[in-house]
Amino acid sequence: MPVLNIKKFSFTYPGVDHPSLKNINLPIKKNRITALIGPSGCGKSTLLRSMNRIHDLYPGNKYEGKIEFTDENKITTNILDIKKENEFIELRQRIGMIFQKPTPFPMSIFDNVAYGLKIGGIKNKTELEDRVEQALKDGALWKEVHDRLSKSAMGLSGGQQQRLCIARAVAVKPEVLLFDEPTSALDPISTGAIEELLVELKKDVSIAIVTHNMQQASRISDYTAFMYLGDLVEYDKTENIFLNPKEKKTEDYITGRFG
Amino acid sequence: MEKIFQKLSLASASLVFVLLVGIFITLYTAAKPAIDEYGFDFITNSDWNKEVSLESAPADTLMESDSDEIVDEDDMDIMDEDDMMLDEDEMMLDDEDDSLSKTIFGGLVPIVGTLLTTLIALTFALPIAMGIAVFLAEIAPKNISNVVGIAIELLAAIPSIIFGMWGLYYFAPIVADLVGGYQVSLLTAGLVLGVMILPFMAAITRDSMNTTPAVLKESAYALGATKFEVIKDIIFPYSKVGIIGSIILALGRALGETMAVAFLIGSIFVLPQKITDPTISIPVAMANNFGEASGLGESALFYLALILFIISFAIISIAKFYFLKKAK
Amino acid sequence: MRLLINKIFLSLSVLSAVIGLAFLAWILITLFIKGLGSFHFSLFLNDLIDGGLRNLIIGQFILAAIASAIGIPLGMAAGIYIQEYGQGKYANIIRDLSDIMMSAPSIVIGAFVYAVIVVPTGGTSGFAGAIALAIMMIPVVINTTDNMLSLVPRELREAGIALGASKYKVIIDIVIKAAKVGIMTGILLAFARIIGETAPLLFTSETSNYFSLDLTESFPSLTVSIYDLANEPEESSRDLAWAASFILTLLVLIINLSGRFITRNKK
Repeated sequence: MPVLNIKKFSFTYPGVDHPSLKNINLPIKKNRITALIGPSGCGKSTLLRSMNRIHDLYPGNKYEGKIEFTDENKITTNILDIKKENEFIELRQRIGMIFQKPTPFPMSIFDNVAYGLKIGGIKNKTELEDRVEQALKDGALWKEVHDRLSKSAMGLSGGQQQRLCIARAVAVKPEVLLFDEPTSALDPISTGAIEELLVELKKDVSIAIVTHNMQQASRISDYTAFMYLGDLVEYDKTENIFLNPKEKKTEDYITGRFG
Repeated sequence: MEKIFQKLSLASASLVFVLLVGIFITLYTAAKPAIDEYGFDFITNSDWNKEVSLESAPADTLMESDSDEIVDEDDMDIMDEDDMMLDEDEMMLDDEDDSLSKTIFGGLVPIVGTLLTTLIALTFALPIAMGIAVFLAEIAPKNISNVVGIAIELLAAIPSIIFGMWGLYYFAPIVADLVGGYQVSLLTAGLVLGVMILPFMAAITRDSMNTTPAVLKESAYALGATKFEVIKDIIFPYSKVGIIGSIILALGRALGETMAVAFLIGSIFVLPQKITDPTISIPVAMANNFGEASGLGESALFYLALILFIISFAIISIAKFYFLKKAK
Repeated sequence: MRLLINKIFLSLSVLSAVIGLAFLAWILITLFIKGLGSFHFSLFLNDLIDGGLRNLIIGQFILAAIASAIGIPLGMAAGIYIQEYGQGKYANIIRDLSDIMMSAPSIVIGAFVYAVIVVPTGGTSGFAGAIALAIMMIPVVINTTDNMLSLVPRELREAGIALGASKYKVIIDIVIKAAKVGIMTGILLAFARIIGETAPLLFTSETSNYFSLDLTESFPSLTVSIYDLANEPEESSRDLAWAASFILTLLVLIINLSGRFITRNKK
């Protein structure tokens, strides 16, 4: 049972008359990394951002189809039905997101990681400290920052900031993590570190990652979906997509003939 | 909590709207007696606080009552022709007067004063402000530009009453020496007003000029253009709309300026014959007379305030909607 | 020939800058000389009735402080609405109206407050003066809040929402914090501006020769008194006006520079 099952999903941005996503059918498998690849404008970020309904910050979107979320208690809900504020909040505490640009909050490192926990209602100091430490370890950042947790997060390097954002997202123990081109703004060494991190993380969370870096997709993902102009062209195990694509378009993209 | 926060911020935002409407309504209501009494003639009538005898009017149009309330529009035209009495700042409305006379208020002098001082200010400030903007945006190296920029902004921060003090005791005497005429006059008031709006115009023009894309300028230089030519042919046309907008905005501000002008314009309700004659402007008329005004006189002041408010609002709106929006 | 024109033009431009700076210098030097000339520490110890400025300085501060207490929260809340909650037309209209009010004649605001507060309550009051100043302050605070919030990158808000925070929490915990320095500078500059205002106070709170904390009566104001003193025939009044002008300008420039300094430092 995939943790997220996208069925016949179409999406139109407000004020636009043609849909940006057309009839997408895609599973996100549990404890696996699924990569979304494709040329610019193919809709991969749009699709990713639909999975935690962050589009709804900007009202007027049109949805069709379903996105079914099956949680750890085996209960399935269609997240497109969510309308109430508290349901949105709950959704995002279970499906987290990391953005392309590192987004440290203007607070200390500790407060950054603890933020999601605090708004989730955890007040106990010891519990917070334990969870923050665990999250930073899961985010492969603990060693570097454990002695300066009270310092501002803005003082970290780009790669560290991004790992901080990952730690922050992981702290609330989500079931799914969505990564929107998490390493495109980072140097190769930080990129490598984060890729290792993702492979470790999939033991506890299911991951969907948008990337324009095909090598990255082939390195770390278990499944890959190739998108083009709002359509899902092909979806398969990663090695099949890269070694034996079924669609010509996929093959053209993989071999660099366009995109 | 979220809902409360949202509602509170909406309420605060709506306050702006409420205030603006409130100001307009309040001014209009307070001005109404004068509006009813004088109509649009108020704008063309140069008499202020003039006692006019009603004896010269045809008998059948006169009322027994002594006050200045119920008089025909026609009567006013006949009566304000020949009188040459001029009062200064005292506003004496004698409601108990038994003699048949009434007081006339006409806003022409302050309106003209307001418009002319603003015009003088703009003429004086425009070239200097443009020059400063060009200096800050294109000529000066970064650190000098920063320092001078701050100095100019400090000039803008100086309270207007200080400009009044400095203008009256130091600037005006020099001007009067140079061109003759009175130290308190249309000219000196206009010039000091100009110094006041100078930094504002310079700053906005500089900001406008800085929006010109570097690639555009570079392409021109690459063709061998001089700095002057790049400014004239590339930057100014590109930022033209913003610059004009800033000029109009400065105009709007100058119209409403009170304290500096109060020190320097002379404060008499007389149309100036020469540019170096003293006169009065709307804000100054209000500033000097509000304290003692009552009845129709006070209403006349509100009438002036209403006119000023409408003119300022109109000019600033034009600047914003037409010019500055295009720049964005 | 082209080079000559170029040189002339550029020289004129530099000349303009010099003229601008010259005016600034002229005014400041004048203030310094005349102000320091009439300056002595007893100005801070006596009230106007005894030839000092103490009550006026304190009074001006109090008026500005009350105006700020009203104007800052209202202005910030409105600015937050326009930038964060507003959808389309209404928010834009408010933004435009606020910009217009920023340039509205201050004396008209005074007339407005006169009509709605002074007349019904039967007389001038410090309260009315403070309200007039607050009305002037609100659009400025709105403008600065709106601008500073718009500089905060979209992703920061999204990251907060993505963690499940509600919108108002994101605004308060994250967005305002990120824009904190800019907003503070803007507020300080607004404060510097209203503390130097005269026209709105002329017939709302007027001024007073005595030390007073009573906001229901005419309230001492440094700026209004400068105007009164300058209009008095006595030389000593004029000297006092200069000393007061000096102190007022010093005050305004210090607050203004502090505001800019904060921004510089935090960068």
